[in-house]
Amino acid sequence: MLKIKDLKVKLEEEDKQILKGVDLEVGAGQVHAIMGPNGSGKSTLSYVLSGRDGYEVTEGSAELEGIDLLDMEPEERAAAGLFLAFQYPVEIPGVGNMTFLRTAYNAQRKARGEEEASAAEFLKIVREKAKDLKIDAEMLKRPVNVGFSGGEKKRNEILQMAVLEPKMCILDETDSGLDVDAMKLVSDGVNALRNEGRSFLVITHYQRLLDHITPDVVHIMANGRIVKSGGPELALEVEKNGYADLMDEVQ
Amino acid sequence: MALAQAKSDATEARLSGMQIPEGGAGWARAARQDALDRLTGMGLPQRRDEYWRFTNPAEFLKPETPRAEIALDAPGFDDTDVLRVVFTDGVFDADASDALSQEGLEIERFADAVTKDIHWIKGLLGVLETAGQDRVDRPFATFNTAFAEDGVVLRATGKVSKPVHVEYRRSDDTAEAVLRHMVRVEDGAELTLLESGVGASRLNTGMEVDIADRGVFRHVRMQGRDHERRAATHVFARLGEESTFKSFTLSLNGMMTRNEVIITLKGDDAVAHVAGAALGDGRDFHHDDTVFITHDAVNCESRQVFKKVLRNGATGVFQGKILVQPDAQKTDGYQISQSLLLDEDANFLAKPELEIYADDVQCSHGSTSGAIDETALFYLKSRGIPEDKAQDLLVLAFVAEALAEIEDEDLAETLRTQLAGWLERRR
Repeated sequence: MLKIKDLKVKLEEEDKQILKGVDLEVGAGQVHAIMGPNGSGKSTLSYVLSGRDGYEVTEGSAELEGIDLLDMEPEERAAAGLFLAFQYPVEIPGVGNMTFLRTAYNAQRKARGEEEASAAEFLKIVREKAKDLKIDAEMLKRPVNVGFSGGEKKRNEILQMAVLEPKMCILDETDSGLDVDAMKLVSDGVNALRNEGRSFLVITHYQRLLDHITPDVVHIMANGRIVKSGGPELALEVEKNGYADLMDEVQ
Repeated sequence: MALAQAKSDATEARLSGMQIPEGGAGWARAARQDALDRLTGMGLPQRRDEYWRFTNPAEFLKPETPRAEIALDAPGFDDTDVLRVVFTDGVFDADASDALSQEGLEIERFADAVTKDIHWIKGLLGVLETAGQDRVDRPFATFNTAFAEDGVVLRATGKVSKPVHVEYRRSDDTAEAVLRHMVRVEDGAELTLLESGVGASRLNTGMEVDIADRGVFRHVRMQGRDHERRAATHVFARLGEESTFKSFTLSLNGMMTRNEVIITLKGDDAVAHVAGAALGDGRDFHHDDTVFITHDAVNCESRQVFKKVLRNGATGVFQGKILVQPDAQKTDGYQISQSLLLDEDANFLAKPELEIYADDVQCSHGSTSGAIDETALFYLKSRGIPEDKAQDLLVLAFVAEALAEIEDEDLAETLRTQLAGWLERRR
C-alpha cells in the first residue's frame, strides 16, 4: 500500500535535516504505529506524505499503490486515497462543516471520474456515518471545528475519514488532548473503518492509544530515522522503560 | 487659496451648461436652488481634502465615453417576489415596471412627487442631506439634491410584505444618471428596499430615509459587473425611537465606487447596522465605503461590518466614524473593517474614527488586513479540495460575517450565489 524508501527531508527555509532516511512499508489492511520522542520527525513524516508546503525532499521516494506521492498536489494525494487526520484540526470560521465535507467528497469523486452526490444523497451518507461516531446533527451545521472541544475535533477528523473512505490513513497524534472516553470513541471509529483494503499509520507518543487500536507492527522513530521495528510488544516496552533505554540500546 | 480656487474651478467646469430641473413645485425648486447654492459654496472635492485622501474625486468628474456594448448581468433578486421599479437610462420605465401599488405602501416616481404638495416629502427633500454635512462636506450628495430628476418615493404605512426592487438598466450608451429616492417609514411600519443593476457609467444616487418610531427599514443592494462604473452613492437616514435600519451592499467590480452612508440615531433604543462586502480584481478597481453614524439618543446600537477581497492591484478603502453626542448615554457602537488581500499588489486603506462626548458608552473598532490562511488552505486541500476551490471557500468564509447582517436568508443566499459566480468567473 504505502512504500517509503530512504526518505530524506529538510526544512525549506533553513538548512535543517529532519528526516534522515526513512524506510517503511505498510501492507494492505495493516495497521502500523510509529512512536518516538518529541522532535524525532514523526509529524514531519505525516506532513511530507500529505504534501504540506515548507519541506524539501532531498532524497528518496514515497509511493501509494505504486504511484509517486511526492510529485502530486495535496488534493491529488487525497483523491488517490491518502488521508491525514491532523494533530491540530484547523478551525475555519464561516465554512459550514457540511459544506466542507460535501465539497471534499465531490471534489474527490470528480477527480476520480466518478459521479458527484446530490445534496440529499450526501446528507444521507453523512447522517449515517455521524450516528456511528455519536456526532450530533448540530455539529454538522456549525463552522468547521469552530468552538469544538478537543474530542469533537478529533471525532470530526474520523468522520471525514469515514465519509471520504481513503485507502491509506495517517493518524497524527490523534490521542493528544483526549480524555479516556473520547479516546475510546475515536478508537472505536477507527476500528470500525479497518478492513482488508485500508491501511493505517498511527503516529503516537504513548502506548495507550495502541491499547484500543491494536497495531500489526510498531516502529520507533528517533532523530529522523526508524531505529527499531517489532510487534505490539515493542509499544509496551516503551511504555515501561521509556525511550531513553531504547535509544541507548540502538546506539 | 489654491485649494479653494481648485474647488471652485472644478465646480464651475462640472456645472457648466447645467441647470436645475424645470417643472417642479415651488418647494422643490427652492430645495434644488438651495442645494445648488450650497454646492457652489462648498465646491467639489479635491484630492487634498482630508475626506478624499484615499479616493480621487476627479474620477467622478471625468466625462465618460461609455463602451458601445456592455455585458449585462442577469438581473439580481430574480428568485424573490418583488415589486419591480425599473429605471432605464436614469428615467422611470413604466413598461418594464410593475404597477406601482402595494398594500401598506404609497409609491410613486420622484419626477411626479416633486410637482405635488406631499407634506412629508416637502419636509424631507434635502433636509437629511443638509444635516448630513456636519463636520464634512458631501458635495456629490448636494449635487444629487440639486439635479436629480427621477427616482422612487416610498411611504410605508404598514408592514409591507413584498420588497420593492429598484432595478437600474441602461439600454443605450447613457453616460450619466442622477437618481434620488425618498423613503418614509411610519410608526411601526416595515419596508425592504432592494437595488441592483447597471445604472450608467457615471452614476450618482441619493436616498433620504426617515424612519418613525418603531419603524423598520431594510436595504439590500447589489452593485454588479458593469466594469466601467463610476458611482458615488449616498444614503442618509434618521431613526426614531426603537426603530431599525439595516443596510447591506455587495459590490463586484466597477471601476470607482464610493458608497457613503450617513445615519443619525435620533430616538432612544434605535438600531442601525451598515454592512458590505466588496470584491475587486485588477488595478482599475477602487471601492470606498465611507460611513458616518451619529448617536444622538440614549441606548442605541450601531454596527459597521465591512469586508473586502482584493487582488491584482485592486484598492479598497474604509472610512468609518462613530460620533457619540453628549446625551447619547448607553451607546453601543461597534465597527469592523477587514480586507483579504489575495496577492501582494492589492491595497487596503482604512481610517476608523471614534468621537465620543458621553461617558457611559461602549464603542469599539477594529481593522485588519491579511492574506489567505495557509494552514486552512492546506487543511482543505488535504481533503481533496483543489486549490482554487479551497480559496473560494475561504473567501466566502471571510465575507460571511458581513453577509450574516442580512436577516432574510433567501436574500443572503442570492448574494452568496452572485459571489460564488464571480469567484468562479475570476479563476
